[in-house]
Amino acid sequence: MNKNYFSTRWGIISVGAIIGILAPILQKLGNPANMGICVACFERDIAGALGLHRAAPVQYLRPEIIGFVLGSLLAAYLFKEFRARAGSAPIVRFLLGFFAMIGALVFLGCPWRTLLRLAGGDGNAILGLLGLIFGVGIGTLFFKHGYSLGRSQPTYPVVGWILPLIMIGFLALRIIFPPVEGQEINGVLFYSLKGPGSMYAPLTLSLFISVIIGFLAQRSRFCTMGAFRDLLLFRQTHLLSGVVALLVAAFIVNVVLGQFHPGFQNQPIAHTIGLWNFAGMALAGLAFALAGGCPGRQLFLAGEGDGDAAIFVLGMIIGAAFSHNFGLASSPQGIGPHGVGGVIIGLVVCFFIGFTMRSKTR
Amino acid sequence: MEKKIDVRGLSCPQPVLVVLQEIKTTDKGRLIVLVDNETAKENVIRAIESQGWRVGEVKWEGLDCQITIEKD
Repeated sequence: MNKNYFSTRWGIISVGAIIGILAPILQKLGNPANMGICVACFERDIAGALGLHRAAPVQYLRPEIIGFVLGSLLAAYLFKEFRARAGSAPIVRFLLGFFAMIGALVFLGCPWRTLLRLAGGDGNAILGLLGLIFGVGIGTLFFKHGYSLGRSQPTYPVVGWILPLIMIGFLALRIIFPPVEGQEINGVLFYSLKGPGSMYAPLTLSLFISVIIGFLAQRSRFCTMGAFRDLLLFRQTHLLSGVVALLVAAFIVNVVLGQFHPGFQNQPIAHTIGLWNFAGMALAGLAFALAGGCPGRQLFLAGEGDGDAAIFVLGMIIGAAFSHNFGLASSPQGIGPHGVGGVIIGLVVCFFIGFTMRSKTR
Repeated sequence: MEKKIDVRGLSCPQPVLVVLQEIKTTDKGRLIVLVDNETAKENVIRAIESQGWRVGEVKWEGLDCQITIEKD
């Protein structure tokens, strides 16, 4: 009776494995080290490309984010799953996206990159992963006590199309104003001349691979936060098997491609301050849990018409701008001057949301 | 008339959470779960099957899907 292969156990395992294979290949093709895919970093780079922050090393309009949304949109239409919906506390979702990004940039990666960093041998990601699980665990406690952002409502199809259309607009900008050798600005877009923003796979390959991932992730409902949430809340390992498959596949591909370098010091785009690797991801994990999906999943939901997930995405992009403008984001040299304050405020806001938004009907 | 559990419009993990809570207080019988998307449908079915319940009729009506779940 279940015709969707990708929602089966082997389905989610194969999707995790495919992502685990494609991400290190994107690195080989030019994306930054241990960052074949990082939803948080890439949205941060988009914020930089648009000039919302002016951190010179992280400015590039990443096509992967565009591809994820459009791949999911394509799958949703092909399988008649596109459902325009919105209205489940959008402003709260914006805030959760905002602080999720601040937490992720203190660690330097989203849950996907946490796995990819581990698969590349970066030991600092162990505490990041533990922090993520810890934050998600706190989120499950709120759910057990009736936390809910309320119901969304069906709405006009165009509401579901807004984020995909914004992504198409971004793609148009990237095509009209392509990177020019040695030039920091072309038209309205900013580019990095050094640092992670200057490292990217060719546009067509990035787009092609990310559309495939977006398509498969929509079909399988792949979610890194959900993997740990379902384990802690329901003792269910369905989504987790996809995450494990990603980690194992990425590790193998990294070894084959010579991209596996175990250790803690001098890991690419990473710092060694364990406490804040943990705390940053704890904040991000809590915010993802309260919003119902990891940053990748929010992109795929937005692609299938979820206007609230789209607001979360915009919250993350604006959060990235604040992160760099306010000195909250970390760098390989360590945490930002105000990173600690950012994480503390984020945790306070998430606890406030978790405690105050409880449905009385349950 | 079976009891209806309406989880439409709720985001993850609430559809599963609400249904699991409901079947915890129901030893056996039939319940109808109302969902509005394929993901919630799959998640609810996966969860109740792990609790020894089985899926009866699954019926789409417009944007809504009625899942009958039962346990003897």
